[in-house]
Amino acid sequence: MRIFDLSTKIFCAILVCAVGFLSVGVLAPEGSLFHVQPYTALIIGKYLCYATLALSIDLAWGYLGILSLGHGAFFALGGYAFGMYLMRQIGAKGVYAASNLPDFMIFIGWDRLPWYWLGSHSFLFSCLLVVLAPGLLGFAFGWTAFRSRVSGVYFSIISQAMTYALMLAFYLNNLGFGGNNGFTDFKTILGFDLHSNGMVGSLLAISGLVLLLSYLLCRYLAVSRLGLVLVAIRDNEPRVRFAGYRVETVKLFIFTLSAMMAGLAGALYVPQVGIINPSIFAPVFSVEMVVCVALGGRGTLYGAVFGAIMVNACKSTLTSAYPMAWPFVLGGLFVAVAVFLPQGLAGLFFPQGESKLKNALGRLFGTRKPAGDPPADTEAEGDDGSEAGPEPAEGYGYGRAGRGIVNE
Amino acid sequence: MGNASQDIAKPVNPGIPKNFRETIVRGGGEGQAPDLNWETKRERRQKYILFLEDISVSFDGFKALDNLTLYLNEGELRCVIGPNGAGKTTMMDVITGHTRPDTGEAFFGENLNLLDKDEVFIAQSGICRKFQKPSVFESITTAQNLELAMKANKTVFGTLMAKLSGEDRERLDHILGLVRLTAQADKPAGTLSHGQKQWLEIGMLLAQRPKILLLDEPVAGMTPQEIDRTTELLIGLEGEHSIILVEHDMEFVRSVARIVTVLHQGTVLAEGDINYVSSHPEVIEAYLGGAQ
Repeated sequence: MRIFDLSTKIFCAILVCAVGFLSVGVLAPEGSLFHVQPYTALIIGKYLCYATLALSIDLAWGYLGILSLGHGAFFALGGYAFGMYLMRQIGAKGVYAASNLPDFMIFIGWDRLPWYWLGSHSFLFSCLLVVLAPGLLGFAFGWTAFRSRVSGVYFSIISQAMTYALMLAFYLNNLGFGGNNGFTDFKTILGFDLHSNGMVGSLLAISGLVLLLSYLLCRYLAVSRLGLVLVAIRDNEPRVRFAGYRVETVKLFIFTLSAMMAGLAGALYVPQVGIINPSIFAPVFSVEMVVCVALGGRGTLYGAVFGAIMVNACKSTLTSAYPMAWPFVLGGLFVAVAVFLPQGLAGLFFPQGESKLKNALGRLFGTRKPAGDPPADTEAEGDDGSEAGPEPAEGYGYGRAGRGIVNE
Repeated sequence: MGNASQDIAKPVNPGIPKNFRETIVRGGGEGQAPDLNWETKRERRQKYILFLEDISVSFDGFKALDNLTLYLNEGELRCVIGPNGAGKTTMMDVITGHTRPDTGEAFFGENLNLLDKDEVFIAQSGICRKFQKPSVFESITTAQNLELAMKANKTVFGTLMAKLSGEDRERLDHILGLVRLTAQADKPAGTLSHGQKQWLEIGMLLAQRPKILLLDEPVAGMTPQEIDRTTELLIGLEGEHSIILVEHDMEFVRSVARIVTVLHQGTVLAEGDINYVSSHPEVIEAYLGGAQ
């Protein structure tokens, strides 16, 4: 099948081996060669959730050209949806042991759950809510934006405004989501201790599985004819309309799907990190995830995963060693990639079309030829020796290489 | 256009009455006694595959189209020429649903009112447009460009499940041959030469199984050899498809067109065969007047 090309096979193999090894390692007895600290497993699990979020961004941005700077909102909504379940699981084991209400509600003087907490005690309902809530927000937001043909940087800006507005809302104590502190102090899932090694290993394994399935779903979309339509919309949206496709519907479908994927990632993030608060809604978080995708390489899927894991691993190391340096390192990396590696780090390993590295080096040393030119000469096949006509003035390259970070 | 001044002495217009347009306008004029000998609007809609009457479009007071009336017969290859700003592209925008006119009527066939349908619906029902600047999808291959354009169920799920059937594949190969891109089938469309991109776009239109083809300057930027091939291709399509061709290149127009419509300032200045219009004094004035 076309879904399993070389990079997908490599990706799946690495992911399955690494996650399998780590999640079994958590269960291995301490002192054993294969033992993995639960702390390490939780960190890796967190990275996998970031990777799934990055994947959802790549689906919308790398393939469809929709740059959302507010994908953190979907991630956070999924997290909050599952956090509600985790809060209900605490039950009477909270600080205010007398009541089944979450502690923060007692703190602000509420005596019963608001209506939107109904059903949050049910695991299945919460699992559903984890994809439905972000999906609904994504659908509503996408519907309004795409109907009015908002695209490009304008879309990016309003998506950022959306997540910012949600952040402000979630900071309010009266919204009933714990305000500034959010949800924390989780105890159990389905009655099992959240901090047991078995649970830590399972969460890691599930995060890996969700990442794997999301990846394969994205691959499935990418190799279908719909995948061609996505790339076509990214390259030349008006022309796709004249080819008879409803661009708005396609965008809405993919954007909603992407939001749901992000929500799922958020839901797995919360039990492993142990806290969800409005800081996840902060535009900075979303932008950082976008930077991860750009660093890893847009439109490749594995690039997004690689970028998310690498950047967050760097962040963990650097913020503890040199806290002041991190923003500069991140900014520097982003500028370097934007200028020299438009395809991201993935372009180094799996260059698409001609070698982008050569191109980038050429650009660096000022000897770069426009990417579209060299093949055109050889293409004008010999039967009558016709020559390539003048290239249109814009479009200094084909495909991804030539495109800037934000589509016009 | 060099020929225009030589031909000026002997205007000929076989087949089409000199007062072609005037007769039609007289038929439906408001406040006038209806000309009972003239066909009704409905009959005209039945008669022509494309029916545009009294279309006016203005942008901020500038009249891009001014009471434009144009009919296209089934299977006809029509050239539309005119100086810059004559309204050629706006006319195509109106036909494809991209621009809504202020007044007028536009029908595709007898019953499809183009003015209350959107671009996507119009494209799906068989009016396909090639843009002035070649707009192929550069990061996918030539064959994929054609596959994308191919007439099919174009809903999200229909597209997701779509597979190329054997018949589709044959048609795809046929079109590749027709536009002479068989050898380039698996190369990214961005690597094609300018002329090849123009052909690919024509191929993409053909893949949509169009009833009407709107071609905006298909030979712009082509070498003489490429123009010859394009002429061949278009003449081969005549009869099977109805074609409106917007073009500047007079030699090319001369080699393909049967009837030429000259637009000027958003309205039809003259309509007839190439010798007739190129010797028409008003056409010469419109084309050369500004230059002198």
